[in-house]
Amino acid sequence: MHKRKNAEDIILDGIIYIILILLALATFYPMWYVLIASFSSGTHIAASGGLLLWPGDFNIEAYKLTFAHPLLIRSFCNSLAVLVLSLPINILLTVLCGYFMASAGMVWKKYIVGIIMFTMFFSGGLIPKFLNVQDLGLYNSIWALVLPGAMSVYNAIICKTAIEGIPYSLVESAYIDGASDIAVMRKIILPLIKPTMAVLLLYYGVSHWNAWFSASIYIKDAEKLPIQNILRAVLISNTKLTESFGDSYNAYADAMQYAAIVIITVPIMCVYPFLQKHFTKGVMIGAVKG
Amino acid sequence: MLSKGKLKKDFHKNKYKYIMVIPVLIYLFLFCYKPMYGVIIAFQRYRPTLGIARSPWVGLDNFVRFFKDVNFWRVVRNTFTISFLSILFTFPAPILLALLLNEVRVSWFKRLVQTVTYLPHFIAMVVVCGLVNRFCQSDGLINDLIAFFGGERSNLLIKTNMFYPIYILSDIWKEVGWNSIIYLATLASIDQEQYEAARIDGAGRIQQMWYITLPGLLPTISMLLILRLGNILGVGQEKILLLYNEMTYEVADVISTFVYRKGLSDADYSYSTAIGLFDSIINIVFLVGANKISKKLGQSGLF
Repeated sequence: MHKRKNAEDIILDGIIYIILILLALATFYPMWYVLIASFSSGTHIAASGGLLLWPGDFNIEAYKLTFAHPLLIRSFCNSLAVLVLSLPINILLTVLCGYFMASAGMVWKKYIVGIIMFTMFFSGGLIPKFLNVQDLGLYNSIWALVLPGAMSVYNAIICKTAIEGIPYSLVESAYIDGASDIAVMRKIILPLIKPTMAVLLLYYGVSHWNAWFSASIYIKDAEKLPIQNILRAVLISNTKLTESFGDSYNAYADAMQYAAIVIITVPIMCVYPFLQKHFTKGVMIGAVKG
Repeated sequence: MLSKGKLKKDFHKNKYKYIMVIPVLIYLFLFCYKPMYGVIIAFQRYRPTLGIARSPWVGLDNFVRFFKDVNFWRVVRNTFTISFLSILFTFPAPILLALLLNEVRVSWFKRLVQTVTYLPHFIAMVVVCGLVNRFCQSDGLINDLIAFFGGERSNLLIKTNMFYPIYILSDIWKEVGWNSIIYLATLASIDQEQYEAARIDGAGRIQQMWYITLPGLLPTISMLLILRLGNILGVGQEKILLLYNEMTYEVADVISTFVYRKGLSDADYSYSTAIGLFDSIINIVFLVGANKISKKLGQSGLF
């Protein structure tokens, strides 16, 4: 298949590779910068004139301080709590919804699917949602971060498409053998859609972990805030993290910010490689019309 | 009409399916449909102490107030400008990336570029905007570059003419790789024989790209474009909230951030809800319109 390359091909290839290399570098460098800045002292960051390639006077002081910071650790735990409470609910509702949308033959299916899909196109909006959360007594409670986003219809459609991908003969033979819907779900469907569930777990997990907006509306007490909101105060409003340790630590103020970024981003980066191979599937299925 | 007996039989046969969907319906009722009912405060002068039932009705007053608001044109203009710019730049970027990656024959290089460019999708918006904030400060990375080339240092985030470039570029940085996945997957399904045939006919690589690859992507592009148009007012509210400041309201304040400030900072609930409703309705009009146009042009519609 490969023929001798002509000049046009070589030039074209050259241009393509250069563009892609530049893009990869531009994407990678900010992340790299954060990582090495978190291991450098403040004086080194300031002296480097912005362009850091390698950590200078390598130290982990910033990490020690960050892990000793009362509010940061507390908010980290709050974020974990949101994850632990949310994910089982998310997956349960998503699978139930996906299963219903994937099944056929129910008289009411059309209407119920209509009720489900309509929420994708129209929502009450910010204030009605806010008043609703207050009305349900969830304001300033961790449940305000868990329940309002308990299921995403978009993810349910991904799940539905995965279930539809299971050969119907498998399900049918189980029904003939007298299996109930619940048995079919447990014995056949759940084991077969595991890769999709892994992707959905990642989607839900990342969205909870990275969320700050709902907490900024629904949570009043600082000690109940999740990590992103603390980070927002630090990065956007420039609250100094070293305040609680005293002025002598000011040299580490910058490095601590970067260390905090690394600490909250690392959990996601750890699961990322394992799930990367499933991304295409998740994205593709989701795009197919409901 | 369905007879009673048929309904009974249906329920008996699909009992568990109906029972299993009940938790989903309860969730949707409590957290989606109940707030939709709450939208009626847009037509009231809502007082929290009176509740929806006893707050006075004011008809369309809140909407009229919005149309007469001194900020009306500013937020509408900014919303459409940002949306238009992102359709112009952010939307085609992943298509371009997919086309470039499709030409790469060295598989490890392709995988490397993909892995690196997918990553930022998972980085929190707070972190991305925090970094943008850092890098745009007058002693930040970007200013170091500007100074290196002999330019003047300045805080880029308080300049009105820099807001759109910052917004668009950071958007592309975060999502270009992730959004290219769907195009790459579509490219993988293009019949390779077409390329063979084109090569035999003497088509160069650019011609193949133009006449085979791009047309192969068109259905996907049109579908995603419909979705994007249907969300025309859905500019990155969270991102703007994190990036804008009073100095840049003139170019950065959009409908959704205006809703946020009116509703939560000023506690002007009814007014804020009315603006939000206006926003939703325009979105639906655009979605239905884009869908119609797409069907007319012979592309598949969304619904």
